[in-house]
Amino acid sequence: MDNKMTFNQLTLKEALDGLADASLTIEELYRDLNLAIKEKNQFYNIYLNLNDQAEQQAVLAQDTQLKGLPIAVKDNFCTKNLPTTASSRILENFIPQYESTVTDRLQKAGGVIIGKTNLDAWAHGSSTETSDFGPTLNPRNPQHLPGGSSGGSAAAVAADLCLAAIGSETAGSIRQPAAWCGTVGLKPSYGRVSRFGVIAMASSTDSPGVIAKTVEDTCLVLDTFAGPDPRDATCKPEVAPKFTSFLDQDIKGLKIGMIYHDLKGLEETNEKLAQELAILSQLGARVEKAEALDPHYAIGVYTVVQRAEVSSNLARFDGVRYGKDRSFFGDEAKRRIMLGTFTLSKGYSEQYYNLAQKVRTLYLNDFAKLFKKYDVLVSPSSPGFAKKLGASASSPMFGELEDMLLEASSVSGLPGINVPYYQNPDSQLFLGANFIAPMWREDLVIKVADAFEKNSKWNTWRNR
Amino acid sequence: MPKNNYQLVCGLEIHAELKTDSKMFCACKNDPFGAQQPNIYTCPVCLGMPGALPLANRKAIDWTIKIGLALNCQINLFSKFDRKNYFYPDLPKGYQISQYDIPFCHDGFLDTSQGRVRIHRVHLEEDTAKLIHHNHYTLIDFNRSGVPLVEIVTETDIKNAKQAKEFGQKLRQILRYLEVADCDMEKGGMRLEANISLKKESDAADYLPDYKVECKNINSFRFMEMAINYEMQRQAQLLDNGQVPIQETRGFNAATAQTFSQRSKEAAEDYRYFPDPDLPPIEFSPEDIEQIRQSIPELPEQYAARLSHQYQLSLALTERLVKNKQRAKFFEQILILAKEAKIDGKKIVNALLNKKIDYQLTDEPKDVINKYQQANKVEAIDQALIEKQIQAVLQENSAAVKKYQAGKTEVLAFLIGQSMRKIAKKVDANLVKNILLDQLKN
Repeated sequence: MDNKMTFNQLTLKEALDGLADASLTIEELYRDLNLAIKEKNQFYNIYLNLNDQAEQQAVLAQDTQLKGLPIAVKDNFCTKNLPTTASSRILENFIPQYESTVTDRLQKAGGVIIGKTNLDAWAHGSSTETSDFGPTLNPRNPQHLPGGSSGGSAAAVAADLCLAAIGSETAGSIRQPAAWCGTVGLKPSYGRVSRFGVIAMASSTDSPGVIAKTVEDTCLVLDTFAGPDPRDATCKPEVAPKFTSFLDQDIKGLKIGMIYHDLKGLEETNEKLAQELAILSQLGARVEKAEALDPHYAIGVYTVVQRAEVSSNLARFDGVRYGKDRSFFGDEAKRRIMLGTFTLSKGYSEQYYNLAQKVRTLYLNDFAKLFKKYDVLVSPSSPGFAKKLGASASSPMFGELEDMLLEASSVSGLPGINVPYYQNPDSQLFLGANFIAPMWREDLVIKVADAFEKNSKWNTWRNR
Repeated sequence: MPKNNYQLVCGLEIHAELKTDSKMFCACKNDPFGAQQPNIYTCPVCLGMPGALPLANRKAIDWTIKIGLALNCQINLFSKFDRKNYFYPDLPKGYQISQYDIPFCHDGFLDTSQGRVRIHRVHLEEDTAKLIHHNHYTLIDFNRSGVPLVEIVTETDIKNAKQAKEFGQKLRQILRYLEVADCDMEKGGMRLEANISLKKESDAADYLPDYKVECKNINSFRFMEMAINYEMQRQAQLLDNGQVPIQETRGFNAATAQTFSQRSKEAAEDYRYFPDPDLPPIEFSPEDIEQIRQSIPELPEQYAARLSHQYQLSLALTERLVKNKQRAKFFEQILILAKEAKIDGKKIVNALLNKKIDYQLTDEPKDVINKYQQANKVEAIDQALIEKQIQAVLQENSAAVKKYQAGKTEVLAFLIGQSMRKIAKKVDANLVKNILLDQLKN
């Protein structure tokens, strides 16, 4: 491979600075980007649809906040006049007549949608293997999965086929693929970002967010679309803070609790994480081990609540509209619809749905208790490195196990961020750390993740 | 005639579309009956498109509470919307946003001439689209999809078909007084459903039969009355033969005046209700509720009672005046102006009701009063002349006067008649009578 640096390999911030001081033109950037897409997209299977107007739109956006820079968008965000499939055959030919709030604001801020990225069909999964349009490969090692469900977005960032990407997380779908692809993934608090126009998976936990090359880049993108939206009743009505203002902050005195440190099977990842977290101690933070509620119960909570909501959210694809009937649902969607229908049924909802909501409250209480003692909690984002292609097929609970360490925070609505903390020199695969904070305290996770990233050697863009 | 004596066990479920400007969960125009074309008042939300999210119409919520208060209900200060999951082509999301275990209003009542009917609950939901069936295909019109729909459910307090009809009429009258619903039955703006079963007269008062027949989609009060009567007869016959009527949904055929089976409901339907995660729960303060209560206008029952009291009219009469709000307001104006003009309220009201005077409810009450005065003009009279004429009558009829003075007061009427004839003008008989009495004393 040619080691010469191309403009698509820049971070978002570097590209913005380059355009500002004229050391780079938007045409040069798109020339390199289009070449890279041509070269790699088919192989990695990242974009389901590309926006052929992207460069023209970018040229016209030079006076804006994001200066026409190319942003990849997960294909479950409705985009006016661009096909939106949720990686399901059912929506193969669906072109929305409306724009999601996220992509609307992103474009108004000068972000250009370069293309729509692959995902697990309906965002059901953690591998991107269950996409009806084939799996996405991990650009760090194509024998391996990118994770999911925002696997296409994480891969687009890792392969430099965009400068940043939009993803959505219900329980791990931003942070887990970000971890597996060695990128940064920020899931804001539930309700911080509007869900309008995002094809619903589990409405009570769906959170749009950003996958990018650096913590700084995630903040630059999130700044363009976070905040109240009159079209989403669950969106927080208060104005969002400026997330970029939380960068380069002193973390002296912050108390950081390391959770899930004694889970069986996580000895290696936890040990490496503990070593790396020494960086934070050196910066003046206090890192100690903390005891959190066993994350295994969160799998149950998430599985029951999410399936229930899925069974209802997917009911609209009943064959009357959209041109495809229910036989076009993949196996995973069918499994989830059946399980969700069962758990909501008379006589069973007490045992399942209502009980799951009670356990959800236990997690909320547990986190509330932990956050009295700690400002930020940290654990590995995933139990291990990216799994090999084909791994998800063997286990219907694949995603739940891979996302186990993230689900408790997801069902609690908490903000979290993944940053790389280790890269295996042989496989080139990554481990990621997940920092979480109380509701609406994105400032805390950004502060800590930014400090960690800037003082460790694992970010491949900062340390190239 | 049935062998046994049965008693009706009947509760009503009544749906009414609210006439808010916009739909329940989106900003689309709420005017399904006025729409010139199908599917013109639609958007991603009421079409149930992927990613679209509902926003609750606050006015529709306030109006539902207003209805609840008018029906003497308790109001839940904490409430929420739930998803009712079922498949039907008129339901684009595959679920209807409704209310399950915490309706906005519960435990109220409405009195009828045959006794109190308790209200079980009043809740708010969204209407479905309209299916238009053709021979080999069905079209869907989404103009109605997402229109706010209030459901009023009574307890099984309906004793007979006539009471059901009266309840329905009273309820419609109240909804119209509140100006929250037009209740156009023909178009489906108000839809009636009666749950009907029978028990033996000897059964305990709170006994509920173990079957229930739902008569659905009835579009007039008269038809509801007919449907209940027909069902009572049909079920009584079955019960007499030792059979239990099937638990089912039945429709009503107006042409035959009979109900007919639509679908059996052997197994209870399972709608898999759960709280809609797209809509946060709704909380009210007691002050919020009080504010809504303040906005409730005088309702027909109170209106009739007040007019009756204020103008010394019989309740039977004032009830006829308050059938609708426009009429009530018109007649109240008439009564106020009549009082000012020293016209007998009862007389003018009766004259109007009996169409002795040509008028419209849209006429200026002042003009109607003038019309009445013209028609009943009393000729200008010279009181001194009348007194003289009456004196002459008394002299001419001295025999009658003697009789009167001897205590035979019934001759007074004769004397009044004689006097009127002599005067030969349109004069107030009372005036004549008073003068006569005066003169007879002397």
